[in-house]
Amino acid sequence: MQLQEIVELIYGKVLTDDNDLQAEVQGGCGADLMSDVLASVQPQAVLLTGLCNPQVVRTAQMADVAAIVFVRGKVPTQDVIDLANSEKIPLITTPYGMFELCGRLYKAGLPSLERRITSALDE
Amino acid sequence: MGTGKEPRRIVTDADARNISRVEELSYELKIADVMARNIHTVTPDMQIVEVLDLFRRNRISGAPVISDGKMIGIISLEDLIRAMERGNGHARVRSYMTVDVITVHSYDSVVTALETFARTHVGRFPVIDETERLVGMLTKGDITSGTLKALQRDYQEEEVRRYRASHLFDDIVSDRTSLILRYQIKQGDFTRGGQASSYIKRALLRLGANAQLARRCGIAIYEAEMNLIIHTTNGGVIWVEIEPNQISMATIDDGPGIADVDLARKPGWSTATAEVREMGFGAGMGLKNIERCVDEMNIESKVGEGTRLDLKILLPPEDSFRETGQQ
Repeated sequence: MQLQEIVELIYGKVLTDDNDLQAEVQGGCGADLMSDVLASVQPQAVLLTGLCNPQVVRTAQMADVAAIVFVRGKVPTQDVIDLANSEKIPLITTPYGMFELCGRLYKAGLPSLERRITSALDE
Repeated sequence: MGTGKEPRRIVTDADARNISRVEELSYELKIADVMARNIHTVTPDMQIVEVLDLFRRNRISGAPVISDGKMIGIISLEDLIRAMERGNGHARVRSYMTVDVITVHSYDSVVTALETFARTHVGRFPVIDETERLVGMLTKGDITSGTLKALQRDYQEEEVRRYRASHLFDDIVSDRTSLILRYQIKQGDFTRGGQASSYIKRALLRLGANAQLARRCGIAIYEAEMNLIIHTTNGGVIWVEIEPNQISMATIDDGPGIADVDLARKPGWSTATAEVREMGFGAGMGLKNIERCVDEMNIESKVGEGTRLDLKILLPPEDSFRETGQQ
C-alpha cells in the first residue's frame, strides 16, 4: 500500500517535509514499547504509536521503519520533527486512537509486520 | 527529425574540459528517461471548455488529440485561449488543434529534443516509440527536472563510491586490518540517545554492508546504547571494531554493575524507573533483543565496578567487507 493511501485512510496530516508519499509500505506494527518494536517489526512497516519522543525516530531508523503514525492527534516537538526530516522518516498524525487506527488499516488490507512470538502461541 | 540535421561542431580537447556534466547528460539521457509518461489525451469532438477543465484539473498545458487510436493533432493552452477570445468555448477541439504535429522519438537523446525545441519554438512534443506509438509528452520543464534528477543520482553514486571505504581493507596491507569507532555516551542524555547507533549503522552502510546486516548491528547497539543512558552512573563508552569478516561491538561502563547477570538476561526483568518506562524503554527486553541480533554475546559485571557487554557478528564470505576476488 502506498503511504499516500494510508494518509488518506486515516485522515492523516503529514508533519515532515519532502516526503515520498508514493513509497510502498509493506505492512504495519503498533507498539508503545520501543523494545517491542525492535524485537518484532520487520522492514518497511508503518509504525503506529502513542509515543512522541526522539527515541521513536531513532528506533524507526534502526529497524528500517518506513513511516511513523502518531495516534490520538499527537504532534511531537519540533526537534523530533527535525530529526525525522534529517533521517528522512515521514511523520504522520491521525485523530484516531490506536485500536481504531489498527482496525482501519488492517481492514483496508494492510498486513501485520509484527513478527510472531511463536513460543507463546505454541503454549 | 533525424534527417537534414546540421553537423555538430567538432569538439576539441580544450572544449571537452569545459563541457559540463549537464551537457554530457543531455547526450546520455534518452527522451524516454525524462518524458511524462502519464499522458492525458483528448478527442477531436470534445468541447474547448471541457479541455480547459481537464488542463486545469491536471495542471497541464497541452494534450495530444486522439481519434481511432491515432494521434491526429495536438491542442495547447494557447489554442484554447484563441478559441475563448473568440467566444467559441463550445467549439470542438478539431477546429482549433494544430495538425502538423512535430514529434520526437523516445529513443533519441535529450540533446535532440533541445535542438528541436530551439528550432521550432514549440512548447511541447508528443513522444513516439519505434512503432510510432504515442508513449509520452515532453516539455522543457520535463528536461530540466529529468536532468536534475540524473545529477542527484550521479551525486549519490559518487558519494557511495567515495565513501565505500571498504576498499580500505583491500588497499591497506597488514596481517589484520580493522576500523575502530568509539563513542562517549552520557548518562541520562535521552535527547541524543541513539545518535551513536545511528552513526554506526550509517558507517556500516557506507562500508557496503547490506541492509539486513546494518539493521542487526543497529538494533543491537541501540539497545546497548540506551542501557548506558538509562542504567549507568556516569555513562560509558561504545567501541566498535569493523574487520572484513566480523564486527565486534562493546559497551563499557564504570557502574553501578549488575548484581545478577542471569536475572538481567531474563525477558521482562527490568530495574527501569517509571519515567524511563514512559519513554517506551525498560520493558526488560533489551538484552534479549541484542542476543537475537548477534552471533555472540557476553556480559561481565561486578557491582561497584561496572559492566562490559561484548557482542560479535560474524560475516559470511558473501557479506565480507573485502572485495578481493569478487566483482
